Amino acid sequence: MAQRNIFPRLVPYFFLIGPLILYLIWVIGPMFYTIYLSFTNWDGVSSPALIGWRNYQKLFRDPVFYISLGNNLRWMVCFITIPVVGGLALALTLNRNIPGAKFFKTSFYAPMVLSLVVCGLIWSWMYHPAKGLINETFRAVGLDSLAQGWLSDRRLVMWAIIAVGIWRQVGYVMVLYLAGLQGIDPTYVDASRVDGCNSWQTIWHVILPLLSPVTVVVVVISIIDSLRAFDLVSVMTRGGPYYSSSVLANFMYIEAFNNYKMGYGASISVILFLLSAVFIFIYLWRVLKTELEY
Amino acid sequence: MTAQRFFRSPWRMAGYILLVIITLLWLVPFGQAILTSLRSYNDIMINGFFSWPKTISLKSYVEAWERGGLSKYLPNSFIITIPSLVFTLFLSSLSAYALARFRFRGNRALYFLYVGGTMLPFQVLMLPVFRLTNALGLYDTYWGLIAFHTAFQLGFCTFLLRNYMRTVPGEILEAARMDGCGEFRIWWQIMMPLTLPALAALATLEFTWIFNDYLWAIILLRSDSLKPVTAGLATLQGQYVTDWTVIVAGALMATIPTVIVFLFLQRYFIEGLTLGATK
Repeated sequence: MAQRNIFPRLVPYFFLIGPLILYLIWVIGPMFYTIYLSFTNWDGVSSPALIGWRNYQKLFRDPVFYISLGNNLRWMVCFITIPVVGGLALALTLNRNIPGAKFFKTSFYAPMVLSLVVCGLIWSWMYHPAKGLINETFRAVGLDSLAQGWLSDRRLVMWAIIAVGIWRQVGYVMVLYLAGLQGIDPTYVDASRVDGCNSWQTIWHVILPLLSPVTVVVVVISIIDSLRAFDLVSVMTRGGPYYSSSVLANFMYIEAFNNYKMGYGASISVILFLLSAVFIFIYLWRVLKTELEY
Repeated sequence: MTAQRFFRSPWRMAGYILLVIITLLWLVPFGQAILTSLRSYNDIMINGFFSWPKTISLKSYVEAWERGGLSKYLPNSFIITIPSLVFTLFLSSLSAYALARFRFRGNRALYFLYVGGTMLPFQVLMLPVFRLTNALGLYDTYWGLIAFHTAFQLGFCTFLLRNYMRTVPGEILEAARMDGCGEFRIWWQIMMPLTLPALAALATLEFTWIFNDYLWAIILLRSDSLKPVTAGLATLQGQYVTDWTVIVAGALMATIPTVIVFLFLQRYFIEGLTLGATK
């Protein structure tokens, strides 16, 4: 029967076709369409007309672009250092059976359950210049000079927002490292003890190298998350004061939806895409390598 | 190790105290939010944050629920989240099965397409998706948002389920095939039940993610009556600029559903997070 020969080869495509069409229409297609839009003067209403590289020429002369890019880089540097080190330290501590480990773990990953909007609102109130918890605490202990306008001072605002991101991220990193630690064969650790390693040497020479695949994932996720930064900024400051806390995603949103310069906004998103593409490829390369080991 | 033995070393004791302090500091934002929501804003403004509360009441919650609009925003969140979750799990389990269990040209390329798409800063898709919903007449409807969430989450779900399905022993499927079981029945009656742990983990995680989305809600919806709670809270913030007790009470109420999911399905939630990263 000819039908029987043809049919089995088509089976996977029956499973794939529905989801794939949806994915192509809503995710992959739009990714390329953004590139097209970045070469147009689209305003969101009339139909877009091609204007060549003009959006990019404007973008590279726009000081707000450099402020936003710089803020994204700050966010990235903070995210691949503080939560990674903190999360790793917590995981190493809580992986041992210390009393109350479960309480500690839950406390650290609780912020992850909150939406970024809620985090932003709760922290905006903590940062409140007059009656927020932070400034009130400083005043209560006589350190009045440390009380700041956390979200209104141009030098402080970005760090204040990044701190909220870190507060939420540490638990996530901890969970990933805890899972990585569970996967380590205890005989390696025992062997290093037999060979005379102290705790630090065991961590440095045995556990950390074994955790390096998790570290790659954690770092890539942290970088992507820092490029995705939007909600906190949008809720807490909208990029202000004077663009000092603007990040690329927020800058793009304002240009596109408040100023109706959608073509210009698209050129910002292309830059964002190029930045993330570097790291996505590094990650895919790693996935490919592990795939080939099968 | 018993607690007594653990605390015998003074260094351990000191480290433990440090850990307790850091943990308590970590919980401070929750504590201050709950305290704030129970007080009146005037009281805080006049007497300061550290004064003894004049009154304790749930007034701010009532205000946020009734006049702040949470009574409509919260149900909207469910109307958007539940269908998106069901569709994305259903569709991704189809494509994951094909990618995990069949050899065909382009298998790996498709897998990479899904993985790569998942990692995209989704803001990149903002303008085209906005245009697409307009063109399809889905702008400012639940369906536009549901369609996008379903499609975007497909990437992560397919990635995760595909890797999980690969761990199912092939003999089980082969035996069913020998017995003349059709491919769709194998998928539904054999593969899906075996994938349940991964589906449960994924469902809790995706519920939280979709429920907590803010960006797509503000881009694809305009009517206040359709907004989910994240976008609603931002509106609330604009409306009650000067009354933080109401804003904070609203924020706390908005987290109740995800907190419930988290408390009851914590194990699955954590599993979902780690499945994605370590497999």
